[in-house]
Amino acid sequence: MCTTCGCGSDEVKIDGEHSHHDHDHVHADGTRHSHDHDHAPGAAHEHAHSHEHGHRYAPAHSHAPGMSTKRMVQIEQDILSKNNAYAAQNRRRLVERGIFALNLVSSPGSGKTTLLVKTIEMLKGRQQVTVIEGDQQTSQDADRIRATGARAVQINTGKGCHLDAHMVGHAMEKLELVEDSLLMIENVGNLVCPAAFDLGEAHKVVILSVTEGEDKPIKYPDMFRAADLMLMNKCDLLPHLSFSVAKAIEFARRVNPGIEVIEVSATSGAGMTDWLDWIERGAAGSRAQRRDAAAGIA
Amino acid sequence: MALAEGVLQLIEDAAHQQEFKKVTTVWLEIGQLSGVEIEAMSFCFDAVTRDSIAAGARLEIIALPGSGWCMACSETVPMTELFGECPQCGGYQLQVTGGTEMRVKELEVA
Ligand SMILES: Nc1nc2c(ncn2[C@@H]2O[C@H](COP(=O)(O)OP(=O)(O)OP(=O)(O)O)[C@@H](O)[C@H]2O)c(=O)[nH]1
Ligand SMILES: [Mg+2]
Ligand SMILES: [Zn+2]
Ligand SMILES: [Zn+2]
Ligand SMILES: [Zn+2]
Repeated sequence: MCTTCGCGSDEVKIDGEHSHHDHDHVHADGTRHSHDHDHAPGAAHEHAHSHEHGHRYAPAHSHAPGMSTKRMVQIEQDILSKNNAYAAQNRRRLVERGIFALNLVSSPGSGKTTLLVKTIEMLKGRQQVTVIEGDQQTSQDADRIRATGARAVQINTGKGCHLDAHMVGHAMEKLELVEDSLLMIENVGNLVCPAAFDLGEAHKVVILSVTEGEDKPIKYPDMFRAADLMLMNKCDLLPHLSFSVAKAIEFARRVNPGIEVIEVSATSGAGMTDWLDWIERGAAGSRAQRRDAAAGIA
Repeated sequence: MALAEGVLQLIEDAAHQQEFKKVTTVWLEIGQLSGVEIEAMSFCFDAVTRDSIAAGARLEIIALPGSGWCMACSETVPMTELFGECPQCGGYQLQVTGGTEMRVKELEVA
């Protein structure tokens, strides 16, 4: 488990701005207001804001010195419960608008951004794609996406080694997502922590490049268990390597018997149509779900 | 590690609601099958809480045992790893029933 990420969401930036300093929230109905922490239930941004910065511990009234006695406080709460609540809210907003969202996870450098660029190019004119990029530093990946003409928001997590649902919720507000579109979220390159954090996506997609070891699925079982699809990328390099595709698939199915596998090369384009077909099936499902819900209300 | 941040968030929320200013001990319940490494958690907890209300707090871990339902044996058996085998019949038809917990149980505050 990584020990470098013990740090503050204080460092999180969305497109260069501190997310928690930007308390101007745009709601689904288009109203904009600055933040006073009492959103009505059902509003687009309904989560309770824990980020009240420095004033958080300012005492409401001061106690006389020497009066403080120790006491016990019951918490009984799951460590991930907060993230899960934000994720449920993101998911509801996505489902309402028929948006098919994927959370792309992998080790650093397995080809997530290259794959996204290729995917966007191949879908041009057919399907609108927006992207949320997660990296510790720089906006290079978001810049690469924007160069294709697609809209992208960059989240910089600072020392944080994963995206969480709260950051993604704010990024979604910035993007003003279009109905029936595709939302691709590129997580921070890390096979450990992102496994535990639901962002509200329809599926996690894990990318394993053939320049890594076949045994990654059993070394990082949580991630391969959390994913519904494994993309084997850089397959153009297979002739030069001793990587066994069969073995990698066997290891992946050992930890997750139901995982689907598609072999691709983001640079040569091989296998990309299978991947696009997989996306189209999911996107069609999301569109149908929105239409059914709309028909139900009407 | 990310989970230590989650612990701190829950502590800060509680501090906000219940108006305490210092945490002296934190009890966590961690299941054996949760994938949480206690040592990594302790290390990260210290790093994450350094400038917070829980700076210097003692971390107490309550380990909860893993258990699963074995389809072949039709009974609940102890489990020590997530994809392990049934200690009775050696089969892999196990459904986890306990040991994946990651909870903040309680705090001692001042
Ligand atoms: N040969 C080959 N190289 C690839 C392929 N896909 C990506 N690459 C190369 O792999 C390197 C890393 O690709 P990126 O797309 O930046 O990887 P990433 O997963 O986004 O990396 P991080 O965001 O840093 O985690 C680049 O040099 C790419 O050109 C592929 O299918 N075949
Ligand atoms: Mg990238
Ligand atoms: Zn917020
Ligand atoms: Zn981490
Ligand atoms: Zn058994």
